[in-house]
Amino acid sequence: MNKRDIIICRCEDVTLQDIHNLMDKGYTSFEELKRLLRIGMGPCQGNTCGQLVQREISKYLKVKLEAVKIQKVRPLTTGVKLNSINEGARDES
Amino acid sequence: MKANYVIIGAGISGCSIAYNLAKKGVKDIVVLDKSYLTSGSTGRCGAGIRQQWGTKMNCLLAKGSIEFFEKAKDTLEYEGDIEFKQEGYLIISTTFEEDEQFEKNVELQQSLGIPARKISKEEAKEIVPHLNTQIIKGATFCPTDGHLNPFRMTDAYYRAAKRLGVKFYFNEEVKDIMVHENKIEKVISSNLEIYTNHVVNAAGGYAKEIGDMAGVDIPVYAENHQILVTEPIEKIQSPMVMSFSKNIYCQQVPHGSFIMGRSDPSVAHNHCIESSWQFLDEMAKTVCEVLPLVGKLRVVRQWGGSYTMSPDRQPIIGDTEALEGFYLACGFSGHGFMFAPMTGLLLSEIMLKEPSTIDISDLHISRFKNKQVFTYEKSVV
Repeated sequence: MNKRDIIICRCEDVTLQDIHNLMDKGYTSFEELKRLLRIGMGPCQGNTCGQLVQREISKYLKVKLEAVKIQKVRPLTTGVKLNSINEGARDES
Repeated sequence: MKANYVIIGAGISGCSIAYNLAKKGVKDIVVLDKSYLTSGSTGRCGAGIRQQWGTKMNCLLAKGSIEFFEKAKDTLEYEGDIEFKQEGYLIISTTFEEDEQFEKNVELQQSLGIPARKISKEEAKEIVPHLNTQIIKGATFCPTDGHLNPFRMTDAYYRAAKRLGVKFYFNEEVKDIMVHENKIEKVISSNLEIYTNHVVNAAGGYAKEIGDMAGVDIPVYAENHQILVTEPIEKIQSPMVMSFSKNIYCQQVPHGSFIMGRSDPSVAHNHCIESSWQFLDEMAKTVCEVLPLVGKLRVVRQWGGSYTMSPDRQPIIGDTEALEGFYLACGFSGHGFMFAPMTGLLLSEIMLKEPSTIDISDLHISRFKNKQVFTYEKSVV
């Protein structure tokens, strides 16, 4: 299958070809790929693409899967409306 | 190995300095970073660029930098999109005192050729229809301020510098700087020993520690500033909306998401860059008051990054009296990203003893020794 037709990050619409293009230019860590392609920055926060990208980097660099770092996990766990946070914060104080 | 110049830090300042030196024909430039490109403050910043400052130096650095950004894609021959957008900064005042201060700021900005102006509540509402004008006295607006992608812009400098022969080493943490008889001898990092007589400290949050290694006391400290980002939506807001008294900046980036941040006056002076629920609470309260419509959006992520604060909230750019060959580009107090083109240009001129594009003797580290009263930048969130 053509790498252009394989979607790695559904949130930001990034293909396997996009990832390989950047790896060929020397960007071979998840954090660098994330900052240039927005992988892992969408609503799922890398829950879908994280392991796929990890496997691609591992194959590309010919290193063990566990040697490839995945993205830093940041809060929130799920999307929450600012209004809800605002109301919750005011109820508590 | 040997190098003519070693630059510590591959954030936008370090990359811009490397590019400017290389463009002037300097060979054997090495850039070291303890992590990856833009891993420090640059990659964590709010992606805003503005010229509306309260001090002359900050205004001039910002103005010159924006002129560079306008042509940066072509100048640096960058194939990607740096997401440069000039749709302004709308800075709102909420008290009479603040409104008076803004009057003076705009006068200064206009005298330096920055197209900022004082505007009424009604005009502000026209520019940002969802702005809560009940809480504001007035505003200032500068149409040529705006947004720029920090990763792509730094990448553009990085790639241009690499093409000019600059060598970058990532995951190389500087461990020590060896000095003999007031001259730098070598830089020791995780895996390298580099013999050099010239070192540039562009280490962002760690500038103080790098100074200590060289025996130069730099009066800066790092503090955590947090940001959050929402889900993307169709475009509803053009400029960055900012308030010093309400403690908020908030913009919709070209991608569609809203980025917003505020500072915590009680934050500790250290290298913490964690996220906190307290920030989330306070940020939500503030944005729901200032821009109520934005309250409907979901937060997808939050993060933190270091502001490296100098005593007068203006950067320290220049050489040092204490150590020959040791140069500083630090203490940007949260605004190193937007000043980077001028940082690189001006420091490279100083390093190569060329005439300066603008006089930046006021940004020399010696100002903290020689003067008791500083020109203090108040326009900081």
